[in-house]
Amino acid sequence: MTNGKKREAAYGILFASPWLVGFSVFLIYPIVRSLYYSFCDYSVLKTPIFTGLDNYTKLFSDEVFWQSLGNTLYFAFISVPLGTLASLGLAMLLNSKVRGQAWYRTIFFLPSLIPAVPIAMLGLWLFNGEHGIINHLLRSMHVFDILGMKEPNWLGDPIFAKPVLVMMAIWAGGNAMVIYLAGLQEVPKQLYEASDLDGASPWQKTRNVTLPLLSPIILFNVIMAIIGSLQYFTQAYVMFPGGSPARSTYFYTMYLFDNAFTFQKMGYACAMGWILFLIILVLTLGAFKLSQSRVHYEGG
Amino acid sequence: MKAESQKRTLQAQKATVYAVLTVFSIVYLLPLAWMISTSLKSDAQSVVSPPVWIPNPVLWDNFYKAYAYNADKLGFVPFLVYARNSMLLVILTVAGAVLSNSIVAYSFARMRWPGRDLIFNLTLATMMIPFPVLMVPTFALYRDFGWIGTFRPLYVAAFFGGAFNIFLLRQFFKGIPMELSEAAKIDGCSEWQTFYQVILPLAKPALAVVALFTLMGTWNDFLGPLIYLQNQQQFTLSLGLQQYQSQAGGTSFNLLMAASTLVIAPIIVLFFFTQKLFIQGIAATGLKG
Repeated sequence: MTNGKKREAAYGILFASPWLVGFSVFLIYPIVRSLYYSFCDYSVLKTPIFTGLDNYTKLFSDEVFWQSLGNTLYFAFISVPLGTLASLGLAMLLNSKVRGQAWYRTIFFLPSLIPAVPIAMLGLWLFNGEHGIINHLLRSMHVFDILGMKEPNWLGDPIFAKPVLVMMAIWAGGNAMVIYLAGLQEVPKQLYEASDLDGASPWQKTRNVTLPLLSPIILFNVIMAIIGSLQYFTQAYVMFPGGSPARSTYFYTMYLFDNAFTFQKMGYACAMGWILFLIILVLTLGAFKLSQSRVHYEGG
Repeated sequence: MKAESQKRTLQAQKATVYAVLTVFSIVYLLPLAWMISTSLKSDAQSVVSPPVWIPNPVLWDNFYKAYAYNADKLGFVPFLVYARNSMLLVILTVAGAVLSNSIVAYSFARMRWPGRDLIFNLTLATMMIPFPVLMVPTFALYRDFGWIGTFRPLYVAAFFGGAFNIFLLRQFFKGIPMELSEAAKIDGCSEWQTFYQVILPLAKPALAVVALFTLMGTWNDFLGPLIYLQNQQQFTLSLGLQQYQSQAGGTSFNLLMAASTLVIAPIIVLFFFTQKLFIQGIAATGLKG
């Protein structure tokens, strides 16, 4: 190496040094420790005792583990497709040369600015069985009469509690809409003009021009949404203490949190963390595989 | 004739688009309108059936009550203390994130040193690790440091950089022509001067995005304060609001909505001042990510 290059290397490492420390101390070290703890009987008060695969085998016969995993997958598999549909649909509507686009965009984006705890408070009030505005509105529109059903006690009924969380999540999902809108605005206008000349219907334009060009962004958003929804915690924790009613809102991360800090089973919690990591890995790779033939990348 | 009918279908399409957008706008705004409406009502009026949208009388006093809730019992005004704590953490994390990530990303983007690409790729790979994996060992680490019950677990790491921000800024720095750095060197700038006086000023928009996202992240964070803070005088607004709800129960939704409005308002105000930056920042994470 010449002197100049050595100098540059020295400065380069010096400039990167905050991250070299941060990366090792706050990331690599905890990752390694977490992996080790997952094979240990460990609470923060005593030294870890190596127990091999104990935590993992216990997890597989732990009813609450399966229940929390089921709740989480339910939430992910409902909220991700519906959320994608909503944010993509709204973005497409906004992109169709509407007047006041900035206003509409602001309105749909606004809920995503609200911190999770106030969102949860609002959810408690909107869906309150007795005084909530949702039931008031549905009643005034005679929805319950038409459907021939009783007024749901949204927050106290195991059937309705999760859908409430899904609705709140979709409402607050404006980030993805903004990303879609930005992507839509990059689609070359000529492509639409050309398909107009060919007499394409709006649906054909969406199907054959918009969606293929947007597909990498859709894949990105879907993967981010899957990862986010599998770690879903705050709204449910605040709105439904202990995962009430009947543990129907007891999500994976809530059980992990309780194992770590309520039951002091920290090795067990780490094992849960790694299983979650594997699930995320499998679903992400699955999304990539499924999309391989459908996602269109500009310029190959 | 054909042009005429085509025009009519186009008009019909347009009308449908506006109708759908209007309906969705109402649905999206309704919860917020209801929150503000409730926050200005009396106890009795907030639970009246059928519901009223316009509070009568308008009780601005609710905001003061929510603000001063439990102050006598605690000996301090909780809302004020929580807001101060949240703000302190925002200032520390934003300062830490901007300082550390800019210089680290610069090194990854524009300087050559052995192992650089390996470490950068490892950094990207760790972005796949979800927070729950790190929850316990990070807690154990901070416990070894004796930091539980202090603010330190919530801001110190920010001064050492974060994978996502490094990635974002690196992309930006890479977009600045290398000739600029070479010219600066020829003019006698040191490595530090090249970074600080030549390149960094050009990165202001990207740094603003990092600052904004960090601010939002800290202001909204609930799990972190829940794990690390023990003393009520240290609570942040998010944690305080949750405590407020679990103490006051479902009895006074007007005050709960007033408190929620107070927590949300600063973020909304901030958004209206930085709207363009916000939207562009979010769009950039999706398009370049």
